[in-house]
Amino acid sequence: MKIYMKKILLALVCMPLFALANVDIKLDKAPIDPSDNDSLQRGARTFVNSCLSCHSANYMRYNRLQDIGLTEKQIKDNLLFAGEKVGDTMKVAMNPKDAKKWFGVAPPDLSVEVRARGADWVYSYMRGFYRDNTTSTGWNNVVFDKVAMPHVLYDLQGEQVLNHETHQLEMVKPGRLSPEEYDAFVADLTNYMAFMAEPAKQQRKHAGLWVLLFLGVLLVLTIKLKKEYWKDIK
Amino acid sequence: MAIKDSQAKGLLNCTMNWIDARFPLTSNIKNHLTEYYAPKNFNFWYFFGSLAMLVLVLQIVTGIFLTMHYKPDAEMAFASVEYIMRDVFGGNIIRYMHSTGASMFFIVVYLHMFRGVIYGSYRNPRELIWLFGVAIFLCLMGEAFFGYLLPWGQMSYWGAQVIVNLFSAIPFIGPDLSEWLRGDYLISDATLNRFFAFHVIALPLVLLGLVVVHLIALHEVGSNNPDGVEIKAKKDKKTGIPLDGIPFHPYYTVKDLVGVAVFLIVFAAIIFFAPEMGGYFLEDNNFVPANPMVTPAHIAPVWYFTPYYSILRAVPPILNSQFPGVAAMGLSVVAFAFLPWLDKSPVKSIRYRGKLYKRWLAAFVVSFLVLGYLGTVPSNVWGQFGSWLGGADRATVVARIFTVIYFLFFILMPWYTAKDKTKPVPERVTY
Repeated sequence: MKIYMKKILLALVCMPLFALANVDIKLDKAPIDPSDNDSLQRGARTFVNSCLSCHSANYMRYNRLQDIGLTEKQIKDNLLFAGEKVGDTMKVAMNPKDAKKWFGVAPPDLSVEVRARGADWVYSYMRGFYRDNTTSTGWNNVVFDKVAMPHVLYDLQGEQVLNHETHQLEMVKPGRLSPEEYDAFVADLTNYMAFMAEPAKQQRKHAGLWVLLFLGVLLVLTIKLKKEYWKDIK
Repeated sequence: MAIKDSQAKGLLNCTMNWIDARFPLTSNIKNHLTEYYAPKNFNFWYFFGSLAMLVLVLQIVTGIFLTMHYKPDAEMAFASVEYIMRDVFGGNIIRYMHSTGASMFFIVVYLHMFRGVIYGSYRNPRELIWLFGVAIFLCLMGEAFFGYLLPWGQMSYWGAQVIVNLFSAIPFIGPDLSEWLRGDYLISDATLNRFFAFHVIALPLVLLGLVVVHLIALHEVGSNNPDGVEIKAKKDKKTGIPLDGIPFHPYYTVKDLVGVAVFLIVFAAIIFFAPEMGGYFLEDNNFVPANPMVTPAHIAPVWYFTPYYSILRAVPPILNSQFPGVAAMGLSVVAFAFLPWLDKSPVKSIRYRGKLYKRWLAAFVVSFLVLGYLGTVPSNVWGQFGSWLGGADRATVVARIFTVIYFLFFILMPWYTAKDKTKPVPERVTY
């Protein structure tokens, strides 16, 4: 009983905070192409190498990557490091309790992140980190204010700061990639995360065309049948 | 050795005779299909009854397949839905059929109800058909509400939290009642389990029973039609068949097949190409697992509940109690049940009604749509009025105005339907 009252109280206290956090932010359109397997494969590599250290994708199986043109052998040789089976889901090595201690919140599962927030959000978020000495990680984000996640890819993107007068991000220390290269890099990652959020999406659309074609024929037949029966109704 | 045609017919007759001696099969087929005479002038609006039946069957069948893989457990529910979407063969299509089917159910039922309103299908002698229909509608709302919790996303969770909390606004018994409904102090595993039970067995049973009595009542008195004239008043003297009636089968079965084909094209287009319908059929926030510690910034019900939700928000609390809003919302749904006794017009169909009625109906439709839209957005969506109106939210003021119009449509109906200048009704249907 007491625990529940505490939970309710906490929820009530947090409510205005979350309401405040919801300011309309202009997002950049993610330049992604779900039929571009090369891009999806590059994104998958980035996801497994960089994101999966802290974030899980518990609903995504490694062997589903066959849908984007990888063979089982390629998946085993290039993406499985810690003795996982190819039929396993993308689990995270980090203990959620430790993660909570280190970051304040456990990093969320990313399986359906793109369905929850949208590809544009992910694309803008990964490009929106800037230096901010007032936060505990030293990083902040224009898309997600006071986010607990540090800028993991800063050696690639470089360091940005927020100009509080123009509200624009400015590069103060370039990274290993040029801004264009980094945008393309994040686009690949976003493309992969969009695929991972609903792996069967492309097949679904493909099947849909056949279903509609069938129903179109059915419609013509039913109209003819109806006319045939109704011609004697005066 | 091929069976001859006459032999096959003999075998069929033999079988039918055997069954008919034990079960009224032939007479049921006659009463409800081949010798059930429906008016020949049904138009576009008359497709939605059979389509509602189709969606009901689709929901039951897809629902059965979903329950084979779904886990009604707070720890596993969200994951089991994703399992269905990814690892169950054809699971994504079955799930989308079910989630899209929920919205399509309301679309066809709203159009079916609107048909009843414009052609006066609720009038004498069809009051009971209408009342059974209103009961089906209420049952459907319950079914949709319970089902929406099951994916256990953030919207599922907080939507259920808000709706169940409404009951706590009821004086005296409210807080205990909402606790009793939840089975806990907040929405939890216990709530999920009972909502699952209600969704997959309790309400579907009630729904099916109500559909059966809805149809029995309909076939007892016969269908209304766009002219609102009784076809049974003019019968063929020799056969006793209504002059404007045609057998439901084959005429309306083949006609309804056309409706089914068109409906399935729309249905499939949504399922295969836009199952989220821009966040209206599947809300974005429901792809985040339920979290009792994080309240979403904006909680909105699914689109089919939003007109009533708007009414709830529009009514200001009185004496610090939310009960008036809750009562108004309940009344806005139940109000439909009173239509047969509120309508005093000498004619049934909108075709022979005057301008006064048509204006009120148009005002009602606009109210329903505006309230529906406003229910999907936060109440500060249009900003605030200046200090001359106490800085009130513009959207709230608009919602209040349309809430009043919504209720006036019902309250003033006895007056404006009696005062309306009607046109003469023809003796026979126009075809």
